[in-house]
Amino acid sequence: MSSLTGKSFNPVMNRRSVIAGVAGLGACSLISGCSDGGSGADGGSGAPAFKIGSMGPLTGPAASYGTSVTGGAELGCKDFSTDELPLAFKAEDDVADGEKAVNAFNSLADWGMQALVGPTTTGCSLAVAQEAENAHLFMLTPSATAPDVTDGKTVVFRACYSDPAIGAHSAEWLAENFPNEKIATFHNAGDTYSAGVHDAFLEKAEELKLDIVDKETFKDDSATSFTNQLTKAKNAGATLIYAPIYYTPASVMLTNASDMGYDVKVMGCDGMDGILGVEGFDAALAEGLYLMTPFSADDPKNADFVTAYKEAYGETPDQFAADAYDSVHAVALALAEAGLGADADPAEVADALPEAMTKITVEGLTGTLTWNDKGEVEKETTVYVIEGGKYVPA
Amino acid sequence: MTVFLQYLANGLTMGSVYAIIALGYTMVYGIAKMLNFAHGDVIMIGAYVSFVVTSYLGLPAIVSVLAAAAVCTALGILIEGLAYKPLRQAGPLAVLITAIGVSYFLQNAAQLIWGATPKNFTSIVSFQVPEALRAYNVSAVGIVTVAACLIIMAGLMWFTGKTKMGKAMRACSEDKAAAQLMGINVNRTISMTFAIGSALAAIAGVLLCSYSPVLQPTTGSMPGIKAFTAAVFGGIGSIPGAFVGGILLGIIEAMAQAYISTSLANSIVFGVLIVVLLVKPAGLFGKYVPEKV
Repeated sequence: MSSLTGKSFNPVMNRRSVIAGVAGLGACSLISGCSDGGSGADGGSGAPAFKIGSMGPLTGPAASYGTSVTGGAELGCKDFSTDELPLAFKAEDDVADGEKAVNAFNSLADWGMQALVGPTTTGCSLAVAQEAENAHLFMLTPSATAPDVTDGKTVVFRACYSDPAIGAHSAEWLAENFPNEKIATFHNAGDTYSAGVHDAFLEKAEELKLDIVDKETFKDDSATSFTNQLTKAKNAGATLIYAPIYYTPASVMLTNASDMGYDVKVMGCDGMDGILGVEGFDAALAEGLYLMTPFSADDPKNADFVTAYKEAYGETPDQFAADAYDSVHAVALALAEAGLGADADPAEVADALPEAMTKITVEGLTGTLTWNDKGEVEKETTVYVIEGGKYVPA
Repeated sequence: MTVFLQYLANGLTMGSVYAIIALGYTMVYGIAKMLNFAHGDVIMIGAYVSFVVTSYLGLPAIVSVLAAAAVCTALGILIEGLAYKPLRQAGPLAVLITAIGVSYFLQNAAQLIWGATPKNFTSIVSFQVPEALRAYNVSAVGIVTVAACLIIMAGLMWFTGKTKMGKAMRACSEDKAAAQLMGINVNRTISMTFAIGSALAAIAGVLLCSYSPVLQPTTGSMPGIKAFTAAVFGGIGSIPGAFVGGILLGIIEAMAQAYISTSLANSIVFGVLIVVLLVKPAGLFGKYVPEKV
């Protein structure tokens, strides 16, 4: 079993060492160390540690999200480990595939996982949330945004905003800050996250009487060029594009807009976070881009976390890593609130944590977090604007 | 009118990229009578090579294009020699499956070497377009792409029409056995075709990524399929056919996105293909050759 998990981690190490070129040996041994069954967190004390599992795509096209989440969670397990409540950590690769995620969930359960901080992506979270509900195991996803993940579940919580919440908050923010712009929306019609945020945005925008002049879409199989959509938006007189899309198509859109000399304000959501990290991306194109995202690595209050993360993994942490770190923080606090120790049975944890979660307040990297009994998080919305290649609060 | 010309410019640019890729498909099909489904992935490799040369080694853009062409030419000959040559006598289905296998192999190899995270390709052309043209969405990359496409097509027409090697290629295309009897080295001719096709793929890769900057292991797949469609549309095996097919496909796509629906554009493009094939089964410029029994 351990050789199997070890194998699944190898591509990540390759990716890090080849691509980033900066992955220190420390990071590699850290990652392979945890694949041997435990992180450094439980140390040599021999005392039983509370086992937190996590998963995400560590290989494949969505790998950057998974490595961020598992990295942030692993760091959280180290930092929030105390003598009374030592935390052990293990991550599995789900390749952003629902079926593999269920396998990963089962293998973590075999390891003795007492709470799950994951999965990373919505598709996997939908599959795993059902499993967690059936197995009665507490699950807190740091980054899955679809409403259905927590809907109707008793032991599934979320540490980030849901799609409708992001869309609605974006519309409110625009109504407050840019009430007079002519807005075009641009979203990926084939993607649940993008469509979910977009629909909620439109609904709220109508209510707030925002001036929507054009609605454009694309699909993954036509994500090569957006010049036609941009031409339509331009001719409709749009002065601001609201684009709840991931950073990969966003970089195409920004390049196309710059090529055709279309000077337009662009606002994106958390999925666009990470655009500055795309290798070879001309940061000048993202200048003036508005991002509604809960975390900024440039914020001085997050400096300790950013330094520790960079030391461990050689990359600047993004919001996925921060959300995962906050999730572990929340689990640790909720365990203390419920008075549970490291030897608690997973079923006991699942019984007590949902209530404890609604009582705690996490002063986290992504703001001040509280939860309602539906498993949804409440935290302040922050919008950053990219200036001089850095996130500046807008 | 301005708006229409803007869409036309967008369509021409994308169409020229399709056309360059389609020329590679059609060359290989015309001469080796095989569908090289790995062609789209050779494009991706070419773009990565260019990216490495400019971004990691800091060399000028033109060097990166030459390096990409050199690497892809070598790769094309290698693929042909290792994967396709041993299957020369096998049925067309075996070769087709092998080509799909090579395609997956290249994608996964690229993911191992360069990782799955997308990279941003910096455009190789950076001259300023006059303001008057810019109003019509004419970009620097667009001008270079259309020019490259025209030059490549003219070059290929001359090469296959006038040179000795080109004549050998046409002979192989018509009848391999007869060509061999006439003293033409069929194997060498086919290798040469792959070399040319792959060099074209490298150029297409660099231009594609200059226009659409996201570079990842699957970058070549969708443009590859669209270009294959363009080649069939124009009549596979025909050089002017691939050119016209590519340009038309780009323009139809742009107009469908502009005046009908952005989400239906692909369905419309492929719908047009079906209609053309119903009316002219061999494509616009293809010759219908009845099978002799």
